[in-house]
Amino acid sequence: MAISFVLNGKPQSVDVDPEMPLLWVLRDTLTLTGTKFGCGMALCGACTVHIDGEPTRSCITAVSSVAGKKVTTIEGLSADRSHPVQQAWIELDVPQCGYCQSGQIMSACALLAKNRKPSDAQIDDAMAGNICRCGTYQRIRQAIHRAAELHAPPPHKPASQPNARPAAPVTTAELAPGTANPAELVAGGAE
Amino acid sequence: MTPTTTTLNRRTFLKTASAGAAGLVIAVYLPDISEARVATGPTPSGAFAPNAWIRIGTDDSVTLIIDKSEMGQGVVTSMAMLIAEELECDWKRVRTEFAPAAKEYANPLFGLQGTGGSTSVRAMYAPLLKAGATARAMLIEAAAQKWDVDKSACRAENGTVINDATKARLSFGSLADAAAKLPVPKDVPLKDPKQFHLVGRATKRLDIPDKVNGRAQFGIDVRVPGMLHAVVARCPVFGGKVASFDATKAKAVRGVKSVVQISSGIGVIADNTWSAMEGRRALDIKWDEGARAGLNSANISKYLAERAAQTGAVARKEGDAAAGLAGAAKKIEAVYETPFLAHATMEPMNCTAHVRADGCDVWAPTQFQTFSQNTAARITGLKPEQVNVYTTFLGGGFGRRAEQDFISDAVELSKAAGAPVQVTWSREDDMQHDFYRPASYSQFTAGLDAEGWPVAWTNSIACDSIMSRFFPGSVKNGLDESSVEGCADLAYAIPNILVNYQLSETGVPVGFWRSVGHSQNAFFSECFLDEVAAAGGKDPYELRRRLLAKSPRHLGVVELAGTKAGWGKPLPAGRFRGIAVLNSFGSYVAQVAEVSVNRKEGSVRVHRVVCAVDCGRTVNPDTIAAQMEGAIVFGLTAALSGAITINHGRVEQGNFDDYPVLRMNEMPTVEVHIVPSENAPGGVGEPGTPPIAPAVCNAIFAATGKRIRRLPIRPEDLA
Repeated sequence: MAISFVLNGKPQSVDVDPEMPLLWVLRDTLTLTGTKFGCGMALCGACTVHIDGEPTRSCITAVSSVAGKKVTTIEGLSADRSHPVQQAWIELDVPQCGYCQSGQIMSACALLAKNRKPSDAQIDDAMAGNICRCGTYQRIRQAIHRAAELHAPPPHKPASQPNARPAAPVTTAELAPGTANPAELVAGGAE
Repeated sequence: MTPTTTTLNRRTFLKTASAGAAGLVIAVYLPDISEARVATGPTPSGAFAPNAWIRIGTDDSVTLIIDKSEMGQGVVTSMAMLIAEELECDWKRVRTEFAPAAKEYANPLFGLQGTGGSTSVRAMYAPLLKAGATARAMLIEAAAQKWDVDKSACRAENGTVINDATKARLSFGSLADAAAKLPVPKDVPLKDPKQFHLVGRATKRLDIPDKVNGRAQFGIDVRVPGMLHAVVARCPVFGGKVASFDATKAKAVRGVKSVVQISSGIGVIADNTWSAMEGRRALDIKWDEGARAGLNSANISKYLAERAAQTGAVARKEGDAAAGLAGAAKKIEAVYETPFLAHATMEPMNCTAHVRADGCDVWAPTQFQTFSQNTAARITGLKPEQVNVYTTFLGGGFGRRAEQDFISDAVELSKAAGAPVQVTWSREDDMQHDFYRPASYSQFTAGLDAEGWPVAWTNSIACDSIMSRFFPGSVKNGLDESSVEGCADLAYAIPNILVNYQLSETGVPVGFWRSVGHSQNAFFSECFLDEVAAAGGKDPYELRRRLLAKSPRHLGVVELAGTKAGWGKPLPAGRFRGIAVLNSFGSYVAQVAEVSVNRKEGSVRVHRVVCAVDCGRTVNPDTIAAQMEGAIVFGLTAALSGAITINHGRVEQGNFDDYPVLRMNEMPTVEVHIVPSENAPGGVGEPGTPPIAPAVCNAIFAATGKRIRRLPIRPEDLA
């Protein structure tokens, strides 16, 4: 019997074992592979999606339980990487291998939806369920702060400089004098 | 150069190769790469492909071929930067593709195609600059011929050849057809590094945009038409085999297609991963557990201690350590121990294979394409050149993906199924069937003179040998240099040194783990050096400075880290510092850790890590910083919680609940400082890992007066 839900804004119906975790329905049945398998026990957060806006571990969520609900995956976050969290992630070169980052981004988005300006402690609390073996935590923390700035309502003169790029933040690499021009450190070359 | 790796000593070929990097490999025609999902067509006619790494289309497209595996260390970008620096293409238009398995892409440092040992930049710095320069020279020559001027009147910039006298311009694409018909010049001069506009400048990574929207394709994301999904039930005991099995219930699970026995166990093939996992749960298997069913961690530890007490292979000998000890005013002794460790890459092991009568496709997150190709050829009976290896992004590598067990699973399963099959390992499969960082045991004695300066140092190490399995020819007279690296090459000016190695065989499979022997040996040697400092009444930072006075690059990072960390200056109440330094993979790294210890709770908190790195000439400084940040996290996990324990021949851990790894709420502030250098490039993927455990443990001693001599750090060792 088919199970129906809204997936990334569009109606979706699947005829699978109702006990199958949403993760495998997304990845194998619907070939939406942006949501990752990491542990199968809700321990690592790689499979995080939003169900009616709530960050949820899809690896332990039976597909039957999302019937009639709204599911958002990394693919549905924006059509063009324009979500402030995605922008901040790109700006700070957060990912290394990138495998956990869909889950990190979905958790970060859910945090910012509820708390527009989280503190370090609030970020630690909200993100502690997402493991990154490459060790990108410091940049994730910085990028969430940056996304909060990008997400904030524009100050006094909205749209006065539509083409202005946000000031790039300083990364952790406080280079020793003479190594490179710090301005080039943040300007990048591949945009 | 095409050395046979099995007969080469690893250190020797690293030295040889870094002395004279391999010449530019010129391929007649580079076959196109087609990936499972993102298929690209054949090279368009008129395209310019002067060598194995560059393809310029008549539409001005620039495709750079990346022959190293991207596992987060930024090689897609750093390799592309090296080519583009000399090619003078438009960086904004650069596309990259992963190279197929082909002899043109043999890593000059290994003699086969693979990524590991922090070699990518070290191996490819000169060849890729040259590949770019050669292509640029041909484009300039093509333009000069069109304009009928001397090539010296022309230069290339941003994807265009320019004649400054006439202001004429031709795009690379418009020159591609003509350039493709020219002979490939030899010995094209390279730029003075002072002229570099890309290499050495922090550059945004090319692979990031597809890593923020789910588009980056990892091995586990490969989807090919008609593909089936499989999991394998493996004997929980190392070396065990299937005695018998009953698949009746498994075959009744919805979605299960077939159940087959392969060399690693019983494979369950289904139309989705979940059904395969459910089918596996329903299998009834009787195992022949074999000879290793009695293995346990306590016995292994005892065995390694006994081995370390025996005389082994001499790994380092300076002066006369016995005489030095006999004449010492003071002697100290200590034994150190580290456990087995799993890699726990975020992407569990997986591979997709399609075996046909006339060929085989393998889509894999592999670090060693040559091994993957050979593995599939061996299983299928095909020739290696009939095996296409498509490298995907790797969801972490850390050495685990140098192994081929996930490749053979997929190839054997596809062969049995007669269809494309993707094998996926569960987290438990991954953790319990790893090739572990060897458990190691290290015994030390040091002698100090009347002023407290060290005059003798002996060290005896016992652990499994990784090279005995991987590159057996490199192990000579019982010495595996990778087992003692970080101890045998002790940089301190101590007149009498003796380091021994006892090659041991615990029965636990071992493999390369980020920074290999350095990962545990830096903990041993840098903590014991701190013990020597304390015994002699010396400041650990000042002792290092004195004993490294004739090792300028060690000294440089020690002083930079010490200065930036404010060594000797007051800290907030309850905080303490520790320092460690190591040279590994051609780079020098010193770290100062700031910690606080809650002795009542038996917990330690790392607040701040100041890291100084001298990795020679840099390619992408921001990637260097990122690799140091990540390597510190990797080493901190090992120091604070990492332990694989064995009981009844089985690994006792299975998932992130009993193999905890560092999380966001435990993340210290990390500051990275890069020493300006014109030395040859060093590695950056691994050298950041070894110093963190000793830096933290030395800080704990400063806080508590107690030495941490075994990892992970236990609450009772802090009390």
